[in-house]
Amino acid sequence: MDFPAVSLRAILPAIVILTTAALVLLLDLLPPRERKGHLAVVSLAGVVAALLATTWLWGGESRAFRGMVVLDGYALFLDLVICYAAGLVVLLSMDYLRERGLESGEYYALVLLATVGMMLMASAGDLIVVFLSLELMSLSLYVLAGYFRARLASGEAAMKYFLLGAFATSFFLYGIALVYGSTGTTNLDRIAASASRDSLMMVGVALLLVGFGFKISAVPFHMWAPDVYVGAPTSVTALIATGSKAAAFAALIRVLVTSLRSTQPDWTVLLWGLAAATMTVGNVVAIAQSNLKRMLAYSSVAHVGYMLIGLVAGGVFGTGAVLFYLLVYTFTTAGAFGVVLLLEHAGGEGVSLADYAGRARRHPILALVLSLFLLSLIGIPPFGGFVGKFYLFGAAVRSGYIGLAVIGALNTAVASYYYLRLIVYMYMREPEGVEAVSTPSFAGGLALAVALVGIVVLGVVPTPFIDLAQAAVTPLLR
Amino acid sequence: MESLALLMVFGFAAAVAGALLYIPSLIAPRRETPIKLEPFECGKDPVALPEGRFAIKFATTAIFFIIVDIELMFLWPWAVLYRTLGWFGFAEMLVFLGILMLGFLYIWRKGGLEWD
Amino acid sequence: MQTAVFFAIAAIAVASALGLIVRRNPIHGALFLVVNLGSVAAIYLMLNAQFLAAAQVIIYAGAIMVLFVFAIMVLIPGKEETGPDPLRPFRLVAIPFGAFLLVEILLMLVVRPAPPREPPGAEGGAEAIGRLLFTDYLFPFELTSVLLLAALVGVLALAKRKA
Repeated sequence: MDFPAVSLRAILPAIVILTTAALVLLLDLLPPRERKGHLAVVSLAGVVAALLATTWLWGGESRAFRGMVVLDGYALFLDLVICYAAGLVVLLSMDYLRERGLESGEYYALVLLATVGMMLMASAGDLIVVFLSLELMSLSLYVLAGYFRARLASGEAAMKYFLLGAFATSFFLYGIALVYGSTGTTNLDRIAASASRDSLMMVGVALLLVGFGFKISAVPFHMWAPDVYVGAPTSVTALIATGSKAAAFAALIRVLVTSLRSTQPDWTVLLWGLAAATMTVGNVVAIAQSNLKRMLAYSSVAHVGYMLIGLVAGGVFGTGAVLFYLLVYTFTTAGAFGVVLLLEHAGGEGVSLADYAGRARRHPILALVLSLFLLSLIGIPPFGGFVGKFYLFGAAVRSGYIGLAVIGALNTAVASYYYLRLIVYMYMREPEGVEAVSTPSFAGGLALAVALVGIVVLGVVPTPFIDLAQAAVTPLLR
Repeated sequence: MESLALLMVFGFAAAVAGALLYIPSLIAPRRETPIKLEPFECGKDPVALPEGRFAIKFATTAIFFIIVDIELMFLWPWAVLYRTLGWFGFAEMLVFLGILMLGFLYIWRKGGLEWD
Repeated sequence: MQTAVFFAIAAIAVASALGLIVRRNPIHGALFLVVNLGSVAAIYLMLNAQFLAAAQVIIYAGAIMVLFVFAIMVLIPGKEETGPDPLRPFRLVAIPFGAFLLVEILLMLVVRPAPPREPPGAEGGAEAIGRLLFTDYLFPFELTSVLLLAALVGVLALAKRKA
């Protein structure tokens, strides 16, 4: 029989993370039984090793396992984004879980398994692999969302995420089936080669977009996001908001740009509508939120809208801008959720807008850091958010989607209201009630520092990273 | 025709099972006592069935069963082709089972299979 | 012969599906679902997809149904909980959806669109599946085990962990 070559090199970062997950599970069985802090350190070491593996592979390009897996600059760039997201989340989880007495091997193992799924989504060369890795990521995240079993909100989050996620998955699977029916293959390159555009294909593409739309939480498939973001442990919320979104975008872009190229005019129209609706609904609804996690959830929905602009614009500039924005967004959002996590009370309270009144007086450094992240989210120089938006809107104008760019700019103005309102609350309001003193956390501080350096570097010297992002998407567009 | 043979196996199994149930009712001695006539169901009180609820513990076991069941579905094609696949297939199946056995070891040592 | 067998099985499938909806007792509904899954497995067998038929019986009619029955037994409502269904008016939504499906089927009968492309390799036995599983689909096969590992750890994290 003609067996395929087992070239683990092509999926080395994912293999490193998977091995780490196995190691965490084995170490969890050994003593000490009570303290599990060392598992977080092992997980972090694994993520760093994967980061090193990614840089070691940089520039490589190959296909493995009969085209099931693709190693290219695109996959490696997203591996980088996902590694940063996972690393920040592990750092943030350490003290967060220890203070609540909920450290466990399962938690870190599931975070790592979700990361494996995310990485494979970025390097999938076949719809079957996209589906399986999507499920690996989602399954781990469903469980993690309900990790705080004693909290009703956490259980509700897991339940909602799971039910709606399973529903979306079935749409996705049906889409794969129809695309297969139309082209006779699930391989992304061969789907591209068949250049099918019949009605079966059209319905299939629409269903695939529904599935992806759910995972990136684009309007009207965003309903789950606010409840899940609020109910899930804040460290998990950060992972859902950054890593899972980056991975879903990774697979979405690869599927749309390479294999569904023949239907580009059709999905561009759909994405135009999605982008406009997602930006507007996300920002407008965020204004009405009094819970900070919920506000950030709607803000992350809005940012998906901005990124979809780049996908509509297309080409090296548009798609490259999306990748760059994903990198910036990951640092900014993980950082913002990180501050919220550090200021959260043990019972899950202390995340409402009123709780943040006068925070600057009690936690001057954290308030300042949060303000910087919020300014980056608005898109104010010299932070990465500004450059990211600049390139996205620029790509839209360049491709002739001036209307979309205008909607995006108007939305940025709307968004600045609720971000600035939070800053005003922190600096110009009197504190209300008593506040539990949160213990300073070295790991949490390190995570915030990494994220902060990230957005400043991306904002001040963006050019090399833009070049990297554009080089990463070039092989997709050939 | 493969399916015909399959159908015959089903038919034969049904006949044997039916015979095993029917023949004793003809030839076996009957000495009925009140206890023997009580309905019997393993694990729970049969009389309370419509009102009572099952312990949720059953569900965890059932989920583990589904996972192992799915694993089993992958073993079947491998077993059919065992000789053709040779050492390559053996190694790949070891990887597949190894990953799953790691999970099994984990839930076992963590007490996931304990009743309480 | 083939057609006659197909219609017999299809009739059983439709009848059991109706039974599933009509019966009030959820356990009876579950048993009808078993019959339905079994008859669909028989249709798979007629389509020469033996592996799929076996998977349908072993995983769906076997394992998943066990979970269904457990869920029913755990959640079976006591007397105090059975009031009028607050979502009853929503049943009316079924009418436009049903009408839409009916129109779709009629449209198919009238238009008769081109059949989907014939998939390569129509063999569906365990041997054919095995050949694909260990060559072209080796990677998804191994990935499945990781997915199952995540499921195992996830069940433990949700159901068995202390606190």
